[in-house]
Amino acid sequence: MLQIRDLTCGYDSRFLLQDINFKVAAGEFIGIVGPNGSGKTTLLRAISGVLKLKKGVILFEGKDIPRINQKELARKMAVVSQNPPVNSLTTEEFVLLGRIPHFQRLQFLESKQDLEIAERAMALTGTLKLRGRPVEEISGGEKQLVLIARALCQEPRLLLLDEPTAHLDITHQVAVLDLIKKLNKEFGLTVITVLHDLNLAGEYCDKLILLNNGRIHKVGAPGDVLTYQVIEDVYKTVVLVKENPISRRPYIFLVPQEGRK
Amino acid sequence: MNKKILYWIVWMLGLGAALLVISVFSLCAGSVGMPIKKIISLILEGKSSAEYSILLDIRLPRIILGFAIGGALSLAGVILQGMFRNPLVEPYTLGISGGAALGVCLNIVLRLHRFWGVLTLPLFGFLGAIVVISLIYFLNIRKGILKMQGLLLTGVMLSFISSSIIMLLMAVSRTEDLQGIIFWIMGSLEEPNWLLIKVAVIVSVLGLIVSYFFSLSLNALSLGEEEARHLGVNTEKAKRLLFILASVLTGLSVSVCGVIGFVGLIVPHFVRSFVGSDNRILLGSSFLAGACFLILCDTLARTIIAPLELPVGVITGILGGSVFVYVLAKKTVS
Repeated sequence: MLQIRDLTCGYDSRFLLQDINFKVAAGEFIGIVGPNGSGKTTLLRAISGVLKLKKGVILFEGKDIPRINQKELARKMAVVSQNPPVNSLTTEEFVLLGRIPHFQRLQFLESKQDLEIAERAMALTGTLKLRGRPVEEISGGEKQLVLIARALCQEPRLLLLDEPTAHLDITHQVAVLDLIKKLNKEFGLTVITVLHDLNLAGEYCDKLILLNNGRIHKVGAPGDVLTYQVIEDVYKTVVLVKENPISRRPYIFLVPQEGRK
Repeated sequence: MNKKILYWIVWMLGLGAALLVISVFSLCAGSVGMPIKKIISLILEGKSSAEYSILLDIRLPRIILGFAIGGALSLAGVILQGMFRNPLVEPYTLGISGGAALGVCLNIVLRLHRFWGVLTLPLFGFLGAIVVISLIYFLNIRKGILKMQGLLLTGVMLSFISSSIIMLLMAVSRTEDLQGIIFWIMGSLEEPNWLLIKVAVIVSVLGLIVSYFFSLSLNALSLGEEEARHLGVNTEKAKRLLFILASVLTGLSVSVCGVIGFVGLIVPHFVRSFVGSDNRILLGSSFLAGACFLILCDTLARTIIAPLELPVGVITGILGGSVFVYVLAKKTVS
């Protein structure tokens, strides 16, 4: 579905990402992890097509992303940015913006089908009860769910998310990631998400891409990437990795200075 | 039919009716009061009376012009507010009107309109407007992100610069030009040239139609450029065309009526609180509401100290400035 070859890109003359190579198959749930400033968000922006590449190609379904018509791309790929600006639209109007890529030329109003799709997306994300409220007034967790509902309205095949759980309490962290997992498993949506929290990443993703200083450090299943050697190498801190007894996924314990003896 | 669309239609019809009522009221009101019955009989009887000429040569053109300019300024306000994501920006507060005024002023001083026709006035207004709008955009953009804090300040400063250059032009211009500039700069709907009135109506209505092609892009742009791109909007193209449209509308308004401030601020502000922020209804209803508002203000300007007359810019300035301060105060609280 997605193929990235020899990608180098960055802002102005600084290269934030170098020699990135990986492939994403349809139906995968991929987590991009790494320390602050390692280039996670930059990689996501490059895939979404808003960042010009210095070198290399990103092929989406076999086509070079900059060559794909923007509207067509938006029908296949949806992006949930981290903390994007919102306006005073109601939640329902906001979710309906996700239908814009499906509008015909000279179409100004949503069809009945558009309204149904929006309603389904809001039902799926549990945001129907917010429909009449202005987006700028709802809480951070609700906003994240509304953003996902908008993305679903685009009926994408690939969903990109930038730290969907940042600043959320654990209730909403689990709610958001459970939802994304469900979309991935039941609807076959391919997911690429940047995650800051290694434990959440290990718990939910099928494959992790660990970035360090703008390069790929390791790619693989959570069990292979989240080992104490790898983490200590990249994050320069001491950790202890155990297994979550319920999910059999790796779980990382931090070791404070006092405990390192 | 969808409930929302029904609501929109009701709003548009309501505003259309209000426009009609206000226009008739404005025809009646003035230093020579005329009841509706008399107006109808005057129109049926035809020319030759003094009252007929007051009605059709003085009051009617002002109403038509109020419709065109009130609509154009409000439309420009909605477009700019959508693009800059700030409810306080409009042609006047961003200094675009000032730029347009400078363009027109240059034209008057250089007497270009005498050689190349009166239509060079709106053209120069447009050129002045687009220079300011581009300056504001490029001065406030950093790494592809529009800085919101400096926006209004830049606008106010550009306004100062333009008005200072206008003063400079006035200081060195001939006495007969000077009177024209002063009269025009205060902002008035009195325009003896029918050609300009016709152009104003045609361009502003065309502007409204064109703006609808970008109503969805404007909705998406209100989330910022990057989000709009994620929604499949060609932001570069939309931005360029919307800048041009806002400049055309402002340049036209300023060249015909002088600087009439704050219409693009007050009208969308109140309309938005009734119909919401969806540009598909906001554009059309703001146009109509702006037309109503300016015709009403002009009627006020004509009658308040009749037979003398106030410049309409004074009235919109007092009303608009108050609304601006009110909105600003409310914004910092929340």
